[in-house]
Amino acid sequence: MSVTRINLTVNGSKEVVDVPSNWTLLQMLREKMALTGTKNGCAAGECGACTVMLNGEPVNSCMVLAVECDGAEVVTVEGLVQDGQMDVLQQTIIDAGGVQCGFCTPGMLISARALLDRNPNPSADEVRAALVGNLCRCTGYIRIVEAVQTAAQASQ
Amino acid sequence: MHNPHPGLPELEYVKPASLEEASAFLVAHKGEARPFLGGTDTFVRMRDGFWKEKYLVDIKGLDGTNVITFDPAKGLTIGSAIPMNKVSAHPDVKKNYSLLAAACDTVASYQLRNRATIVGNICNASPAGDTIGACMAYGGVLTVFGAGGVRQEPLATFFKGPGKNALQTGDIVTAITFPIPPKPHSGRYMKLGRNKMSDLSIVGVTVLAYKDAAAKSGYTFKVVLASVAPVPFMAEAAQQILAEEPVTEESIGKAAEAAMQAVKPIDDVRSSARYRSYMVRNLTRQALSEVWQQVKS
Repeated sequence: MSVTRINLTVNGSKEVVDVPSNWTLLQMLREKMALTGTKNGCAAGECGACTVMLNGEPVNSCMVLAVECDGAEVVTVEGLVQDGQMDVLQQTIIDAGGVQCGFCTPGMLISARALLDRNPNPSADEVRAALVGNLCRCTGYIRIVEAVQTAAQASQ
Repeated sequence: MHNPHPGLPELEYVKPASLEEASAFLVAHKGEARPFLGGTDTFVRMRDGFWKEKYLVDIKGLDGTNVITFDPAKGLTIGSAIPMNKVSAHPDVKKNYSLLAAACDTVASYQLRNRATIVGNICNASPAGDTIGACMAYGGVLTVFGAGGVRQEPLATFFKGPGKNALQTGDIVTAITFPIPPKPHSGRYMKLGRNKMSDLSIVGVTVLAYKDAAAKSGYTFKVVLASVAPVPFMAEAAQQILAEEPVTEESIGKAAEAAMQAVKPIDDVRSSARYRSYMVRNLTRQALSEVWQQVKS
């Protein structure tokens, strides 16, 4: 099986990586780059634990081949921290009690960040629709939705 | 039955430089190669062991696959590599083909729709494909590049069975085109799933209606049913009732009954066949009533 050398930007840093052709973006991030914030849940595009930003839009990284990412820009949950400062969403989800086991949180944060980038003031229904692909088995979602709306208000 | 390991089976990723090259590769590796777009179905089936192709031929970016254009005289063309979110957010789609935009937004999740494509949804030929009803109601035609040149495949004759379509080895769908829709028209996609959002459909009912002087009733209704037969299909008897009889709550009920008579559902993990049949009648009646209220005013 072939190995391809790809160039990409991950969390603002330029990277050159050799990837086997059947590797997903998720595998490359976790196993080659030690970015283990991105989680492997269902490996079927349903749970959203592996959600990352690819060229500015959220995708399930278990459903993207690493070789497809040559030239791409990827942001993972680790990349939400800028100059040691957490994204406002990270603080509001902690404050709201929207983190319990924490497994869904990285994907949840990426989907929520993508939502606020395209819609800075979403209604609760819009938050729920945007997070439909991020499953949480602990919180019951209410505190997560509240955290996203609080972050939206804080950013106004 | 999901493999908990994220790894895909051994495969080679092929990125051809042209449609000719892609088609020739698919012909030369018949049975071992498959064109792929967003991969949202492909990867699941490969992980589960149902698809065993050795080569995935990435057709995203090949000639015509990456553009979405609207011409007020000719209609809409959506390249096969355009993800659903780009379709549903496109201003000309929202304005002129709102039923298609609404259908796209019912598929899985936002992040999945950044990869999933309409053409991929169609080529999978799933009886449950969420965007297929709107594509059929708007008269969608596929542009296919194949060994014998470029040809057009209307959706009306494209589906041959669950997972089976009219494509031959070496064929690559580059785009789907739609004629200018009737103005004004009204459409509704009623999707019944096990949850309110994100699930596969138990029943999918698509209805499109517009004023039509050529119809005896003065109106044409298109009714497309999904998840209730081996292929998505137009409920022609239901359409005929509403073309010929004055449109009333009574004739709408009769058409919904005719839609129910036309289905051939199966029992599966999502629903019993019997429940599907009754829900076809109920959802068709509801969708027809809603679009009728809009189109008559």
